[in-house]
Amino acid sequence: MADEKSTVVREPTKNPNMPLSWRKETKPHRFCPGCGHAMALKALGEVVDELGILDRVLYGCDIGCSLLSWDFFNFDSVQTHHGRTIPVVVGAKRARPETIGIAYMGDGGGYAIGAQHLVNAAQRGDQITAILANNTLYAMTGGQLAPTTLPGQKTGTTPYGREVRKTGSPLQGPELVAAIAPAGAYVARGTVGEYQQLKGYLKKALRNQMEGRGFSFVEVLSTCPTNWRTNAKDTWAFLQGEMARYFKVGELRVPEPAAPGEEE
Amino acid sequence: MADGKALKIIIAGEGGQGVQSIGELLAEAAFQAGKQALYIPNFGVEQRGGVSVAYVQISDEEIGAPKFLKADLLTVLSKRSAERTKGYLKPGTIYLYEQSALEAPVIDDRAVGIQGYETVAPEAFAKMVGDKAGKPATPPAAPALRPIGIRAAQTAKAELTPRVFNIIVLGAITKLIKVLPPAGVKEAIAKKFRAKFRENPELEELNFQAFAKGLTMIEAEGMQ
Amino acid sequence: MKEVVRKGCTVFSDHGPAFGWDGGLLRKGGRVIKETQLTGEYGAVLEKEQRSFMTGNEVVAWAALAAEADFMYGYPITPQNEIMHYWSRLAPHFGRGFLQTEDEMAAGFAMLGGALVGKKTFCATAGPGNILMQEPIAMAEMMQIPGVWIIQQRGGPSTATVIYSQQELRLTTAGGNGEGLRIVYSTASHQELFEYTIKAFNRAWQYRFPTFVLGDGYQAKLREAVTLFRPAAKGWTLIPAEPLVRGPGIPALDREPVHLRNTFNIEEELYARLEEQLAAYERLTPEVVEWEVEVGPETEVLLVAHGIVARAAKQAQKMLNQQGQKVGYFRPITVRPFPGTALRQAVGANPNLRLLVVESAYGQLLSMVKAELYGLTNPIDTLLKPGVGVTAEEIVATVTKRAPKEVCHGG
Ligand SMILES: Cc1ncc(C[n+]2csc(CCOP(=O)(O)OP(=O)(O)O)c2C)c(N)n1
Ligand code: SF4
Ligand SMILES: [Mg+2]
Repeated sequence: MADEKSTVVREPTKNPNMPLSWRKETKPHRFCPGCGHAMALKALGEVVDELGILDRVLYGCDIGCSLLSWDFFNFDSVQTHHGRTIPVVVGAKRARPETIGIAYMGDGGGYAIGAQHLVNAAQRGDQITAILANNTLYAMTGGQLAPTTLPGQKTGTTPYGREVRKTGSPLQGPELVAAIAPAGAYVARGTVGEYQQLKGYLKKALRNQMEGRGFSFVEVLSTCPTNWRTNAKDTWAFLQGEMARYFKVGELRVPEPAAPGEEE
Repeated sequence: MADGKALKIIIAGEGGQGVQSIGELLAEAAFQAGKQALYIPNFGVEQRGGVSVAYVQISDEEIGAPKFLKADLLTVLSKRSAERTKGYLKPGTIYLYEQSALEAPVIDDRAVGIQGYETVAPEAFAKMVGDKAGKPATPPAAPALRPIGIRAAQTAKAELTPRVFNIIVLGAITKLIKVLPPAGVKEAIAKKFRAKFRENPELEELNFQAFAKGLTMIEAEGMQ
Repeated sequence: MKEVVRKGCTVFSDHGPAFGWDGGLLRKGGRVIKETQLTGEYGAVLEKEQRSFMTGNEVVAWAALAAEADFMYGYPITPQNEIMHYWSRLAPHFGRGFLQTEDEMAAGFAMLGGALVGKKTFCATAGPGNILMQEPIAMAEMMQIPGVWIIQQRGGPSTATVIYSQQELRLTTAGGNGEGLRIVYSTASHQELFEYTIKAFNRAWQYRFPTFVLGDGYQAKLREAVTLFRPAAKGWTLIPAEPLVRGPGIPALDREPVHLRNTFNIEEELYARLEEQLAAYERLTPEVVEWEVEVGPETEVLLVAHGIVARAAKQAQKMLNQQGQKVGYFRPITVRPFPGTALRQAVGANPNLRLLVVESAYGQLLSMVKAELYGLTNPIDTLLKPGVGVTAEEIVATVTKRAPKEVCHGG
């Protein structure tokens, strides 16, 4: 079965702040101050360490601000093409099933241009872990409308605010995936505002893959102070307020029986 | 410019230092003064941080390629940007540099730890690790270079407000290149920041003072 | 003596039938925008000629407005984003439309939908977006559905850089699974971006072949002077869009229903259709090709470049001629159809003439030049810099390095 024991056991780091799997040589990282991507990736790094799977991970990042993480970790990584990270990781997983495939992307990459891949991988039950950072817009290209943009929110391409009548309501990604994925799927929405909870979700999502159950998907509510044009306080308020009100944090699909050691 | 060739100017610094505004204002002022002008920023995938470079050309004749290999005036506002742009130097380049340019931050475990939680980008993060800020930058040794060091950051902080740092630099450049009437550059400032100045008239005064300081900074040091 | 033959670059002041600006075809089809709709600060927009200092992306948005484009469908990609930003800000004030789609493929196909029902549609994209766009463009070619694409080339392949290149020349002129029946203008200044964008709309709806303005990241982001105007103020007539489907009348009663076909059963059916299209394309070619040339019997080196690199070439030509060298210049403005006859004329008269092909790509323009010069023996030198800019100084250095060497004689 896919869950071979990992060979990577390391001394615990002297610096408790830095996950083993974080690549020190590429720090400071390239994200802006206060960027949620950095927090989500820190959680992912810690979880990979705790599961001891560093040698088996193939990490794919999308084109979007996630691309800034191409050399972020100490595991093998590939920067793909905008929206196409899921199929690249699916291809690797199918060809070498012992791989732990992680596809990391933004809301534009996952819900707009790559939506067909998310839908089809979920529907096929591909055994990969997709992690999607929802920051309500296209950050890397300077802040345009994303499927997740909140009603009334101003972006580069909704200069007068998003009008639901014209461009729809924010897409509920985990709800969509939960509705179509076959048995064995793990689906959750976490937030960088609840770090320990987010880590828990990411761990379950990776375990789900290690145990060969099915597709796993975690949306992470994330921050983009640069394009939101917010200071630290307002950034946090938007994440914990407007965003959390619209996008409900929690688990949507937990395969039965729960992964060993993860019962609540 | 006497020979009809374009005057080639580079302004380089850290993202957030206002480098691109300087480039834009110079080009806009040149356009308003009836000259041929072209300004282009460097731009990459990152939304913030990194080295920021502005390329400006001012000419009496049609301008060719937007970028160029050697600069007549190279302005550097940080250590990293000085390193990145030294290839643009040629004999006779006026090298205008900020004396209090930050050292590049030292990356250690402690720093990375701070970053993990605070997610600080490189330029902001120099402050947090108690870096050797304020250590004077030294101009590179190049043949027949004309180095001119200014202390715009210190002046802005002590006498005006740190925000107008780049406008002091703009004043210094205006003085050095001699081809733009200072009143025209002032007009370009007023035009670009019209909305901000309307909101906060005090800011207008600060900007104009900063510009004047930049002009006199060069005069005072007898470096024209 | 140096002979200067310029054609094409001044077409905007002469509007003979060849250029499609004639004919009193003023806006038909109920698409006239009422001035009273203009609100607030937009009221006086383009009322009179306006000299401005702005970025190329901004220029394109104004040009689309001036050309009376109806609808933009788009997807963000650097370095063209600001075209969408400006357009989405302007559009509501002028009764025009904008939709951000889920990707470039959707944007391209949505453009075709808009054009089918009689609207002037456009899109701006670059790099990987241009690749995805080839699918709808192939359909546009097959079915002769008009549309205007603004391409701000960036580094390739794949994501590469968001900055600049000329590596999308081949894709833009010949992408898709057909014969590349397209019209592509390669611009070199903001003034050209403005004028050729307007012209591209006319060409597209006149000939019904996909039409492109091939810019690049430098042109997108640099600021320089431009004069904006209403086409009517210059006597230019805008060619109206006509619906291809859902035209006036009740189908099967007042008129034949329209059945547009994209698939053929047998090879001969397709061949017949393509023969017609190819003939139409051959006919439009002499009407459409544009170029710029400076060459004379004494010219020893001919610089060949397109787009923004042509600016560097022109500057280099001037510098070299000041040094006493005999350097000419050839620039295709339409890179599809290619001004091959003009190039052959410029080169063919002088077997000793050396060419220096300069581009920010690895031989994409070069292969077009070679194809056009087939059979001639003039030597061709190259300065090929895929994905990076070229300066006049580099071109001067390349020519100077070659100069003392023995000139190869054709034979
Ligand atoms: C085919 C294609 N189209 C467009 C782009 C331009 N592009 C790069 S990143 C991006 C959007 C990024 O938004 P998102 O996925 O939400 O990630 P974020 O930057 O917000 O983290 C786009 C549209 C591209 N690289 N490729
Ligand atoms: S632009 Fe936004 S998403 Fe991108 S690195 Fe900066 S804060 Fe993060
Ligand atoms: Mg996003």
